[in-house]
Amino acid sequence: MFVIKCPYCGERDQTEFSCHGEAHIARPENPDNLTDAEWGEYLFIRSNKKGIHYERWTHDHGCRRWFNVMRDTISDEILATYKMGEEKPKT
Amino acid sequence: MSNQNRIYSGGRIDRSKSIKFKFNGTEYTGYQGDTLASALLANDVHLIGRSFKYHRPRGILTAGSEEPNALVQLGLGARTEPNMRATEVEIYEGLEASSQNCWPSVNFDIGSINNFLSRVFPAGFYYKTFMWPPSLWLFYEHFIRKAAGLGVAPTVKNPDRYEQKFHYCDVLIVGGGVSGLMSALAAARSGCDVLLIDEKPLLGGYLRNVTAQIGSLNSNDWINQTLEELKSYDNVTILNRTAVMGYYDYNYLTALQKVTNHLPYFSDKLPRERYWRIRAKKVILAQGAFERPLVFSGNDRPGIMLASAARAYLNQYGVLPGKSVVLFTNNDHAYGAAIDFASKGAKVTVVDNREDISSDISDRCNKFNIKIYPSHSIISTQGYQKIKKIEIQKVDQKNNELTGSLNEIECDLVLMSGGWNPSVQLFSQSRGKLEYNIKLNSFTPKELIKNQKVVGCNNGDFNLLDVLKKSYQAGLDFATELGKSANKSLEIDKAFEDLEFTEAKVEPYMIGKKKVTHGSKHFVDFQHDVTAADIFLAQREGYVSVEHTKRYTTTGMGTDQGKTSNVNALALMSHIHNKPVDNIGHTTFRPPYSPQTIGAIAGRNVDHLFDPERKTAIHEWHVDNKAEFEDVGQWKRPHYFPLKNENIHDAVNRECKAVRNSLGILDASTLGKIDLQGPDVAKFLNLIYTNAWSKLEVGSCRYGLMCNEHGMVFDDGVTTRISENRYHMTTTTGGAARVMSWLEEFLQTEWLDMKVFCTSVTEQWTVLSISGPNSRSFLSDLTDIDLSKEAFPFMKMKEGKVCGIDARIFRISFTGELSFEINVPSRYGLFVWNEFMKHGKKYDITPYGTESMHVLRAEKGFIIVGQDTDGSVTPKDINMDWIVSKKKEDFLGKRSFSRSDTMRSDRKQLVGLLVNDKKTVLPEGSYVVDEVKPRPPMNMIGHVSSSYYSPTCNHPIALALIKNGLSRMGDVVKIPLMNGKVIEATITDSVFYDKEGARNNE
Repeated sequence: MFVIKCPYCGERDQTEFSCHGEAHIARPENPDNLTDAEWGEYLFIRSNKKGIHYERWTHDHGCRRWFNVMRDTISDEILATYKMGEEKPKT
Repeated sequence: MSNQNRIYSGGRIDRSKSIKFKFNGTEYTGYQGDTLASALLANDVHLIGRSFKYHRPRGILTAGSEEPNALVQLGLGARTEPNMRATEVEIYEGLEASSQNCWPSVNFDIGSINNFLSRVFPAGFYYKTFMWPPSLWLFYEHFIRKAAGLGVAPTVKNPDRYEQKFHYCDVLIVGGGVSGLMSALAAARSGCDVLLIDEKPLLGGYLRNVTAQIGSLNSNDWINQTLEELKSYDNVTILNRTAVMGYYDYNYLTALQKVTNHLPYFSDKLPRERYWRIRAKKVILAQGAFERPLVFSGNDRPGIMLASAARAYLNQYGVLPGKSVVLFTNNDHAYGAAIDFASKGAKVTVVDNREDISSDISDRCNKFNIKIYPSHSIISTQGYQKIKKIEIQKVDQKNNELTGSLNEIECDLVLMSGGWNPSVQLFSQSRGKLEYNIKLNSFTPKELIKNQKVVGCNNGDFNLLDVLKKSYQAGLDFATELGKSANKSLEIDKAFEDLEFTEAKVEPYMIGKKKVTHGSKHFVDFQHDVTAADIFLAQREGYVSVEHTKRYTTTGMGTDQGKTSNVNALALMSHIHNKPVDNIGHTTFRPPYSPQTIGAIAGRNVDHLFDPERKTAIHEWHVDNKAEFEDVGQWKRPHYFPLKNENIHDAVNRECKAVRNSLGILDASTLGKIDLQGPDVAKFLNLIYTNAWSKLEVGSCRYGLMCNEHGMVFDDGVTTRISENRYHMTTTTGGAARVMSWLEEFLQTEWLDMKVFCTSVTEQWTVLSISGPNSRSFLSDLTDIDLSKEAFPFMKMKEGKVCGIDARIFRISFTGELSFEINVPSRYGLFVWNEFMKHGKKYDITPYGTESMHVLRAEKGFIIVGQDTDGSVTPKDINMDWIVSKKKEDFLGKRSFSRSDTMRSDRKQLVGLLVNDKKTVLPEGSYVVDEVKPRPPMNMIGHVSSSYYSPTCNHPIALALIKNGLSRMGDVVKIPLMNGKVIEATITDSVFYDKEGARNNE
């Protein structure tokens, strides 16, 4: 069970959070202009990385804020947490 | 005779406090400090139980938590506990234990016939035998279930209390042996917050059993002195009788503390067990090592035990479990046991499979008249319920065959030692990487995880002085990393164990009288009766990966999880494949480390504390008025309100009629309610809902459907504009939290510049929904708001007083009748409800529950999200295309409506179904088919999603999702029921009553 540093509240137990999959997948500006394949890409295709992975978490039983986490999926080490809208940290 | 195997003095038992206990109904006496195993051995009881598969008599193999054989059923009735290791159970006055897995008794067990049939029960027996035909599995299962398992679970509820505790510390040390004590000492002296855990009642570990010197003290005195020092520090917590069970990410560990199990009474002040959830900044593993059994023919008889275990019984408990003792070993260290036994008067013989015995060992043995047979092996054993005799023969190491004459040795105890395996279970659970140590012939830690160290035998270090120094240093290093001043150096410069363990070979198996694969029982895994032959068989049959061998043979499974057997099994596989053990690998270690009670994991989260119950402000009234309740999520909602002799159907029919003809009242407080505020709410709603929101005026309500990005309906509800920048959204009862998260997700991750704030107000408002032709005249007497049709039309909201309380009234309807939803602050909810009940008498106001609500809305063809939709249904599928804006540029789910799959014409669509017999109420979930076949599978074209008897229409009605259903009006379809009957029904429109919607516009 991780210890996650919420960018708003500080370090807390994983039980207070929930994970919501890969981060930095922006919703397309004009969905109507996309082909079925492009829309399918946005809906279904995820990188499923072995290694450094950027993902979205929420502090459900805390401030209820969404934020991003940079995690190594091999060691499960959380390398950084950062607020929504911020640049993703370099590896 | 009692305690006939007890020596006069020595050990940690208190001979002045004798304790009476029962084993298999016979009363025995032991002493304070005894385990059940030591007390039974003291009374010369060696036969403890029967093995799992062959029901062979089994005794005591070990002196700790790794015990595979000596499992007992402890206690009686509701508190009985199966599979307790006799080697761990502390005796107390009145303890009752019994053997497991035997009938009628441990001495005469019918199941032992399996032993003689062992040739027909090879590895994989169940997989091979019970595969075909599949239809007979239910029949087989009955018998297999009966044969499976060891002890029995209690059949009544356990009355004990189990507690949980969260603990945070600087340094957690697992294991209170010499290495753990040293690490704890260093960390404690440096001012760290230390938690030291040991599974035994008495800390000190292995060094309590042997002859060793630390500084100027013998090891026992040193341990006691060190413990005294540790106990004197405020920053040290010591837990005994506590086993660390799981080691998870970021140094999160769980431990099970046995609080009152060892006491002769159950305390109402203390829990039976306490489950610790520990988050440690640093973890030091100091769990020690397990001695390895030797794999020889007939190595499982009662009276054959590990050399170190026998030493524990002798030196800690003052028990001499045998007087004619044979030690079978492949290493020098085990000779310590031979010498200890000989010095207490036992006749000792050593069978050593090595050729060269050092002169030091020979000299020591000579002193005690211990005869050594070098290069020998035990080739068979005799004695059914206890070892009586062994046969030994010289082994020609080069050709691996027996040579020379056969010797018989009479004995009453055989000790064995095949070397030591570091206890790497927890380390491995933590994702630490192991390597194969060729000197120890076992796995040792290689790559540590962050903030973790492994010390002592656990790390494969067996030199005492080395262990002391390194363990102390580990504590100091962590203290420094934690920013403490670690300035105390170690003052010990001399420490040694009499005979130190240095190295051992691992023997795949010992050559026996019979060939290992021809009926000889060389046990590798004692608990699951896995023999060397079974491992051979698994390899022959292609189960060559270590994980496959484990599952096929069941080696390493069971309550001991192979603590004594794993390495031997791997060595055997390595031998068969002629590959180094490194290349064989090892199976994955998973929590829990030892068997643990579910009760402790559950803690206090049982019974009414298992899941929270949510109750509305009116709940008390519902209870007083005999409502039958239904769980909707965590909410308790009245299902219906039966009068005197009414059943559910009578009650629902009465309630529905009341709504249609006069006045009904529903407690709708559980509806999800979200307060939305900000200048961008309308813009936001346009993206969230499928329909348009820009033009909604203040005081107006609008129904909306929410879809996910796949275009599938996931919630619905009415949202009302309260003021310029304030909206009141309602959601389904079960979907409230999900919708709230959904809104927040988009506001926080996609549309960060939108000025919208969402607040859940579900519990702040009590919602009373009054419905029926008399609702207007009823309510107008109680409010200052003009309720006339002209002043207050359908789908509007007004604020004012109701029964003198500030209220919002929404003119919306879920029943199709003239309805008002009155929202008042929850603290006034019950007051207003009571006023309504009082003033409603003249209209015969009738409270109705969720069942009537469902019937009434189904009569009107209104959907319930989650009942008539299932996450695979678009608005078009439920014939609600009218609510999907064609003008809006974008909203969630829009793009998916034009995917080829959602555009298919043969998708399932929501339609009405009327049974042709006019009386059968179809079971919800029934399959709908065009053509009935004699048996499944049939081509399913849809299913019934809602089905009721409609008191308004006087016949059953149903909603169903049917392929292409909207184009099949009037078609007759068939519904095969579970009882074999087939019902015919006609596809109709989904609105069954007041199709024009005139009634709610009154």
